[in-house]
Amino acid sequence: MAGKALRGFFERLGNQVTSGVWQLGFAARFFGYMLLHSGTALRRFSLTIREIYFSGVLSLIIILVSGLFVGMVLGLQGYHTLERYGSSEALGVLVALSLVRELGPVVAGLLFASRAGSAITAEIGLMKATEQLSGMEMMAVDPIKRVLAPRFLGGVISMPLLAAIFSIVGIYGGYFVGVGLLGVDQGSYWSQMQSMVDFHDDVLNGIIKSVVFGIVATWIAVFEGYDAVPTSEGVSRATTRTVVHTSLAVLGLDFVLTALMYGVS
Amino acid sequence: MQVRTVEIWVGLFVATGFAALFLLAMQVSNLTTVTAGSSYLVKARFENIAGLKVRAPVTVAGVTVGRVTDISYDSDTYQAVVSMRIGSQYDKLPDDTSASVLTSGLVGEKYVGLEPGGDTEMLKNGSVIKLTQSSLVLENLIGKFLFNKASGGGK
Repeated sequence: MAGKALRGFFERLGNQVTSGVWQLGFAARFFGYMLLHSGTALRRFSLTIREIYFSGVLSLIIILVSGLFVGMVLGLQGYHTLERYGSSEALGVLVALSLVRELGPVVAGLLFASRAGSAITAEIGLMKATEQLSGMEMMAVDPIKRVLAPRFLGGVISMPLLAAIFSIVGIYGGYFVGVGLLGVDQGSYWSQMQSMVDFHDDVLNGIIKSVVFGIVATWIAVFEGYDAVPTSEGVSRATTRTVVHTSLAVLGLDFVLTALMYGVS
Repeated sequence: MQVRTVEIWVGLFVATGFAALFLLAMQVSNLTTVTAGSSYLVKARFENIAGLKVRAPVTVAGVTVGRVTDISYDSDTYQAVVSMRIGSQYDKLPDDTSASVLTSGLVGEKYVGLEPGGDTEMLKNGSVIKLTQSSLVLENLIGKFLFNKASGGGK
C-alpha cells in the first residue's frame, strides 16, 4: 500500500519535471520563432504601433504617478538618513543612483508586467479560446506573424522608454521633496548627481537592464497567452502566471545582471 | 481618424521616452563633463593615495579642471602613480604646481587638488608633477595624536 503511494508520488513528480522542462523548451523555441518574425512585424509597422499604444502609452499614467511617488519617498527617506551624517547634499546622488541603477528598470518592469503583460496574455488567451487564432491559420495567416510578433515588438520597444521616464520623473520627484520642501541646496543636488553618476556604469547599465526586462516580460506574456488552456479558467490562470512569472524573472534577473555589471567579489 | 490619433499618441510617447533618455544622459550623468573637448595628460607620484579612485575630480582653487584617469603602483619607488587628464583650456598651470590628495567634507570623496606654483614653464602633455602631498589617513593621525597624548601625560 505504502509502496503504491510512493510510486504514485514519484510518477507525479517525474511527470511535473518533464512537463516543466518540455514547456521551457517549447518557450525557448517559441522565443526564437518570434524573434525571427519580428522582422515581419517591423515591415508592417502599423500593427506594432497599435501595440506600442496599448502597452506603452496606456501604461504611461501608472508609470508617471508611481515614478513620482517613488522619487518623493526616496527624497524624504534619504534626506532623513543622510542628514544624520551631515551630508544631505548627497541626496541627489542617492536618488539618482537608486533610480537609474535599480528602481527604474525593476519597478517599471513589475508595473509593466501587471499593466501590459497581463492584458497581452488575456487578449491572446481569449483569441485562442474563441478560436480566432485557429481561424487565422485556416485563412493561411500565421497568427505568430500577425498577432504575437507585433505585441512582442511593441512591448520590447515600450519597456526601456517607460523605465527611462520612470527614472526621470522619480529624480524630479526627489528634487521636489528634497529641494522644494526640505531645503537641500539646489546646486548641490544636481552637481553632486552629475559628478557621481557615470554614463556608462550607471545610465547605460540601467538601460541594458530595462531592455532585458522588456524582452523577458513580453516574451512571458505572449507565451503564456499562446500556451493558455482555451477555457475561461485557463485564460485566468495564464494571466496570473504571467504576472507571477514575470515578477520572479525580473527580480531574479536583476540580481544576475547586477552581479555581472558591478561584480560580486 | 482613429488610426491617426493612435499614431499621434505613440509618437508623443516615443518622443517623451527619448527626451527622458536624453535627460538621463545630459542632466543626470557626467557625460557632458567627461567628453567635453580635448585634454592633456599629467602624472603625479604620491606616497599614499588611500581612497582616491579613477574618475575622481582634479581641481584648482576648488574648480574641477579634469579627472583622474588611471592609478597604478610603481614597485621600484613604492609609490602610487596617478594619471589625470586636464582640459586643454586650463593650460596655464606652472611646471612647479603641487598636487595633494584631499577629501571633500569629513566622509566625502577624495579628489586631487592642484596648487599653482610660480614657474614660467607650463605643464604640458606628459609632464610629471614633482611636489605632491599624500592623502591624510585618519588612523595614522589618530595614532600620532594618541602617541603625543601619552608622551605628554608623562610630564
